[in-house]
Amino acid sequence: MTAGREVWVFIEQEEGRIAPVSLELLGKARELADRLGGQVCALLPGDGVAPLAQQVIHYGADRVLLADHPELALYRTLPYARVAIELVRQRKPAIFLLGATPVGRDLAPRIASAVSAGLTADCTDLRIGDYERQGRVYHDLLYQIRPAFGGNMIATIVTPDSQPQMATVREGVMRLGEPDRRRQGVVERIEPCFNSRDLDLQVLRREVRLPQVDLKNAQVIVAGGMGVGSKENFRLIHELAEVLGGQVAASRAAVDAGFISPEHQVGQTGVTVRPRLYIACGISGAVQHRAGMDRSAKIVAINTDPNAPIFQIAHYKIVGDLRTVIPQMIRAYREQGR
Amino acid sequence: MPYNSVVLVKQVPDTAHITGKAMNDDGTVNRAALPAIFNPEDLNALEMALQVKEQYGGHVTVLTMGPPRAAEVLREALYRGADRVILFTDRKTAGSDTQATSYVLKCAVEKVGDYDLVFCGRQAIDGDTAQVGPQVAEKLGLPQITCAEAIEELREGQIVVRRALPLGTETVRCSLPCLLTVVASANRPRPPSARRMMACKLAATPFDYPELLRRWPEFETETALDRYLTERGLKIDVWDGTDLGLEYGRVGLAGSPTRVLKVDLVVLHSRDSKTFAADESGVAALVQELVQEYVL
Repeated sequence: MTAGREVWVFIEQEEGRIAPVSLELLGKARELADRLGGQVCALLPGDGVAPLAQQVIHYGADRVLLADHPELALYRTLPYARVAIELVRQRKPAIFLLGATPVGRDLAPRIASAVSAGLTADCTDLRIGDYERQGRVYHDLLYQIRPAFGGNMIATIVTPDSQPQMATVREGVMRLGEPDRRRQGVVERIEPCFNSRDLDLQVLRREVRLPQVDLKNAQVIVAGGMGVGSKENFRLIHELAEVLGGQVAASRAAVDAGFISPEHQVGQTGVTVRPRLYIACGISGAVQHRAGMDRSAKIVAINTDPNAPIFQIAHYKIVGDLRTVIPQMIRAYREQGR
Repeated sequence: MPYNSVVLVKQVPDTAHITGKAMNDDGTVNRAALPAIFNPEDLNALEMALQVKEQYGGHVTVLTMGPPRAAEVLREALYRGADRVILFTDRKTAGSDTQATSYVLKCAVEKVGDYDLVFCGRQAIDGDTAQVGPQVAEKLGLPQITCAEAIEELREGQIVVRRALPLGTETVRCSLPCLLTVVASANRPRPPSARRMMACKLAATPFDYPELLRRWPEFETETALDRYLTERGLKIDVWDGTDLGLEYGRVGLAGSPTRVLKVDLVVLHSRDSKTFAADESGVAALVQELVQEYVL
């Protein structure tokens, strides 16, 4: 494919704050564009979002397509899709990346369908490589790497004849780069045109809480699973996290059982974390869970079942009952004079 | 005012509950050992459609695309209250990615026709892409409401839907027809009704006719059997690409822009690890090591 070499990133923002995943993607896009010898172009739709353009450039964009319009104030599928689809058709980027957030996962398939592009959801890694099919070699394709089949497999997907090659990327898996405040870039204003059907859907109410837990940036995480046994026992997880200055996380099973609220969930459905220390208590270690935490620097596993899969990825193992082990840990930590 | 719904459902391998029996010795998953189930969020979608029917009237048509055995989920849909079920099956569509699949489903929904609402689950547990719903909506030229949790109002050609967001909700109003993708928190899908199971237990696709004729030789011919089932609403319609006038270049592998370059099985490799005893001194030794290694 010789056409465009531009790597595009959709910048998701709400109330003047850029979603972290969009900034993570700018760093990755920079890396991919440098490899391809192309430019990073950021699509920034919203209302009153012009002040964000410089930040987007600092994180790696060469060009910002600024679509500033009152109808884009809150995310709605059709107006946002209209802007993106028109631009993709005109400018034919090589690659188009979006965060795998509820917005990205609503918007990306709509765009991909309209421009007949291939799309890979929820990627955890992106690379550049070649692909050969029926004697034809495609150079510098985007390798779209994602867990498949409930996380039991890792698939590498390519979209050789697709323009653009599209992917949504999980939050928290790409490293957030350092902003370079000296970086220069071009801000280009886009004048969107909407028809009445684009604007038919109205947002009547939005009730969104601020996040109470910040697992993505946590250095120490204490996580509980089904083995914790009850909501009451989950107090132990909270206590240990508090003593260690960490955050509380949970497996899907624990969330489903009602031990703790879903925003604490780590795993394939849930948050991806990469703390310095992850203490897994009463977590069997289903692939679903491991997908969200196996990049932790050190993993401690406490489980009564010596054959629990979590022990295969743990650096430190204790085969025992968390109800006695956790209080022992708290005592030992305090005795270290901490 | 009645509202007609089309519900798109999928039969999937049960990836969510992988037990030891489905694990190979090398730590990989044996796909064949997993049971095939009704994709969980598609059941929520069906439930939402059935509730619309109960409250406002109208028809619920359930459509699936898959191999002949996918008719199992259509029987399940009949047991729960679907009025009509359709199986799309065509070998030429095997290997379709979401782009090709959404094209087939779009054509099938158009053939069903006369719909106000299209429902599907937010995502299927075998792929977790959540792409087919929005892509069908785009191809049908419909607005989409993803992550629908509740229909709050339905009148005068407009729908008000509450969407589930990770940290809250959003309520939107939009004109019909539209497509909704439904999340698990939307409702508790009803179990199959015993009465309907009795009434629909003969439900069959033409693929089942040879077997049925062996069991009930009194029908003598497939035509007679077909007439009997059709008259009683027990025939599971089967469509293929010809019925839909599909452009075959847009389906199957040929019509799928995505290519799987490779698939790596996730294999658990034991890491270098240390085991500590589950007693006071063992735990103390672990904590000491974590502190000394600057992990804590």
